[in-house]
Formats: sequence, C-alpha cells, structure tokens
Amino acid sequence: MATLLFAEHDDASLNPVTARALTAARALGAPVHVLVVGENARPAAEAAARLEGVAEVLLADAPVYAHRLAEPVASLGVALAGEYDALIAPSTAVWKSVLPRIAALIDVMQVSDAIAVIAPDIFERPIYAGNAIQRVRVRDARKVVTIRTAAFAATGEGGAAPIRAITPADAPAGTLFVGEQIAASERPDLTAARIIVSGGRAVGSAENFAKVIEPLADALGAAVGASRAAVDAGYAPNDWQVGQTGKVVAPDLYVAVGISGAIQHLAGMKDSKVIVAINKDEDAPIFSVADFGLVGDLFQLVPELTAEIAKAKA
Amino acid sequence: MKILVPVKRVVDYNVKIRVRPDGSGVELANVKMSMNPFDEIAIEEALRLKEAGKATEVIAVSIGPVKTDETIRTALAMGADRGIWVKTEEAGIEPLTVAKILRKIVEAEGPGLVILGKQAIDDDANQTGQMLSALLGWPQATFASKVVVGEGKIDVTREIDGGLQTLELALPAVLTTDLRLNEPRYASLPNIMKAKKKPIEEKPAADLGIDLAPRLDVLSTLEPTGRTAGKKVGSVAELVGDLKQAGVI
Repeated sequence: MATLLFAEHDDASLNPVTARALTAARALGAPVHVLVVGENARPAAEAAARLEGVAEVLLADAPVYAHRLAEPVASLGVALAGEYDALIAPSTAVWKSVLPRIAALIDVMQVSDAIAVIAPDIFERPIYAGNAIQRVRVRDARKVVTIRTAAFAATGEGGAAPIRAITPADAPAGTLFVGEQIAASERPDLTAARIIVSGGRAVGSAENFAKVIEPLADALGAAVGASRAAVDAGYAPNDWQVGQTGKVVAPDLYVAVGISGAIQHLAGMKDSKVIVAINKDEDAPIFSVADFGLVGDLFQLVPELTAEIAKAKA
Repeated sequence: MKILVPVKRVVDYNVKIRVRPDGSGVELANVKMSMNPFDEIAIEEALRLKEAGKATEVIAVSIGPVKTDETIRTALAMGADRGIWVKTEEAGIEPLTVAKILRKIVEAEGPGLVILGKQAIDDDANQTGQMLSALLGWPQATFASKVVVGEGKIDVTREIDGGLQTLELALPAVLTTDLRLNEPRYASLPNIMKAKKKPIEEKPAADLGIDLAPRLDVLSTLEPTGRTAGKKVGSVAELVGDLKQAGVI
C-alpha cells in the first residue's frame, strides 16, 4: 500500500513545508502520493509533481474546496483513506484542523507533530512544550500523523509524477467562508524563511519593531518574528509569534533580539541551524542555546549590525 | 442555549516539568496541577456569552481519576453553573477516546455550542475538538480569536497561518479557543465559596460503553537533546565575521 501526503499550498504555489513533510512521508518506506486539494490548484499540483520521490499527485480541484474548509476536505480524506496505510500532513493551521477529523472518522488515534520517524509505526513527538520527547508506537493498522516540518530537511526537485484529477467527495454543509485577512508582506514567510530576525519584550514598542528589528530583517532578506511576550504586549502581530503557541521554525540563521529565552520560545526555534542572541542581560537563558551571543544594548547594537550587514552585502 | 465546556487537569503552566531518568514518563507526583490555560479561555468565553444573554447555562465537564473534580470546581468558581465528572481509573485518556466520551455527554445534554481549548499543554495533541466535531457531524471552527453569536448561527474569527479567517457556522457547533480570544477572570473568594455548593454529577466512564484502552503505546519519554551554548562575541564586527565564516550570510 502507499502513503498519502496532504500538500500545504495556496492553489497558486506549493508551500515549502510540503517538501519537508514529504521527507517524513518517504521515511515510512512506501510509495508516496501527494493530495493537492483546492480551487484552481493545478499550479500547486504541478509543483508537487516535480518533487523527488512522489509516485503520483492527486488533484481535487473544485469550488467546494476553496479555502480548504475542514469539513469538506476531511470528507475527501476519509473517502481516500481506504487505499492508504498512512495519512501524513504538515502541522499547519489547515491540516491541524483537518487531520484529527479524518482520524476520528476512520477510528484512528492521531500522532500529532512528529519530529522523527523511527519505523513505519513508531514516531517521536514533543510533549510539554518540547520539554520532553515521547516515542510512541501506533497500534492502529492505519496511521494518521501530522509532521513538525522544522524537524525535517526538504526533499529536492527532480521528479515528474503524473497528476490524476479526482472527483469531489460528498461534503457536509454547515460552515460558510466569510472572509480572510492575510497580512501582505514583501518579506519571506516565517515558516519558510532561510533567515529570521525576532524581537522580544525588550524592544519596547511597535514603533521600535519598525525602527530597529525590521531594518535588520530587510538587510538580511529575513522574515520578522516575535516572542509571545512581545505579541502579548501588542508590539507585534500574532502571526509573527515564534514559540510553542505560535510558529515552530528552523531557519539557517535565527537572530533573537531582546528575547530572554523562555522555554515557550525556545521550543519554537531551537532547531535553527545557527542562533544569534543579542541581549543586555548576560545571564539570559537565550545565551544557553545561542551559537553567538552579543551582550549589550540592542538599540545600539542592532542598528550597528544592520549597517555592517548592508556594508558586507554591498 | 446550553454551552458545554470540557476542561482538563494538567501540570500548572508555571511548573518546570521533570522527565524521569529511566524514561518512564514525566514526574507527576507532588506537582502543582491546574486547569489547562486554553480551557480557562473556553470557560471565560462561555461565561461572557451567558452574561450577554446568548446562553442560558454553562456546563463544565472533565474526564479523569481522583482530584479531577478540583478542576471542575475551578470552572464552577469562575462561574459555570454545574459540572459533570466522568470518572476513570487512570489519567491520560487519549483524545480520540475523550472525543467519544464527550459525544455521549453532548447527546445527553443537548448543548448548542461546545467550546474547548485548542490543545492541552501536557500532550500538546490539538485533536479533541476536531474529533468531537467530526463524530457529531457538527461544524467546527478551530483557533478562535473572536466569537459573535447570531440567530441559529455563529461567526468565528480564527487564527490561521499568516492572518485571520472568518467563518459562519450553523449551530450547534464546536469551537476551539486560541490565546487571544479573551483574558480569563480570576475566581473571587465569594465565588469560590459559592462553587462548593454547585452540583457535580459523577459518571463512571465504564458505564458509557466506550473502550478506554490506549491506541498509542508510549515506548519512552526522554529529555530533549539540548543545544550547547556557543561563544560570546565582543563586537558587531566580530559577529559579522563569524556569521560569514558559518556561511549563513
């Protein structure tokens, strides 16, 4: 039998977390089919077909799947589930909402946020905000697993999988899409960025985020993140939040500015390749995970760093 | 309209948990326990809807062994009207089983709305609300940051990746709460006293006819492998040099 991977995408393009989840899906050892579900989603399906090691792309393209509402998408997943040993999806807002529905309807206990595939039925996952790692074996014959994509490298391109259009399943009514406010940004997406610059409570205000943190991010071509303390204080929007209750990221470079390093925050960024911490408290816990620490006043150091980076790039 | 709010007893969010050195689990003996913070937000939202005249009764339900009633009592002290305690021998009932138990409670109580926390801060599973919604065949809205109840429907603004989404759900429905939905109230001393007199109905889980056996075998529970601290650099110029050498800029 095969593994079904649910693709994260916005119809027009494939989100890079899909290629990371594919790495986890391939680790199960069975052929991987990728499901692209949406409206006018062929471009995303074509991108999925180019990923290495994909045996087939299933494209469910219909108005009922616009915005990927949980109920109709879960019905489709249930209709397909019988042909697969394992259903895998990245832990994004969409699939966190959909996958447990499928699991319940096919009577399977889901494994959430897997960070390692030990065997086709054995996974590791974080509990207690990443303060403990649990290794679990699934007793159910079928597996339903969401993947913490920051823990897996991306699978590259080089494939040419066939795309098969599939017909929509019966969809329950009851939920209507009203609207969406997606922050438009020139900067890379937080979960896909190669570099992230994050600010904490010590940044002090939304104005200071714009004046100090964002210029450094732009000099580096980075996404902007924030600690939960900074979000709670209203200095940064919630979708910038990095941490257990926000986004879990693993960029090549993570620059933590004025962030003390609460466990909650560390859980969201400690898989980053290189971590830089800038903080005036030399005993701040963030330094215990940082590869490079700079102790001092962020309002002096960050503009200096921004200028140095700009100079280095020029 | 009745609102049902499932609440879970978990290790207090301020406690730094200790993983047993033999890998057998997280140390729970003599550890401060509290209501899951996302469930407090769920109770608060239910209470606000009742205070706004949109709901008539708020029922708190919890599933677990001895002392689970303390958590239900906390919900009653916040203002919930009554409690239901589904008694089990052990803690740590899996989300799928919890959802099946809750379906039975929903069928018996007939609420118009079930509000749950989006996840519990112990197992971090983020499943129960979605599973309950699927089993009931009711509409769901996860990660709610704003809730507006209308006639036979509810508008829910949700936290999604990159922004917010608003859905309209036909009632009855299932919601799960995100952090920014509200700030839960503290229980006042008089309300804590009053809560002692509020009823908590006890239902043995065994009577519900649901298999409580876990589907996941926990093979081990270990400390995460830590990162080691690197070096402190003396200047911005030194930092830029190190980052170039590391090949990240």
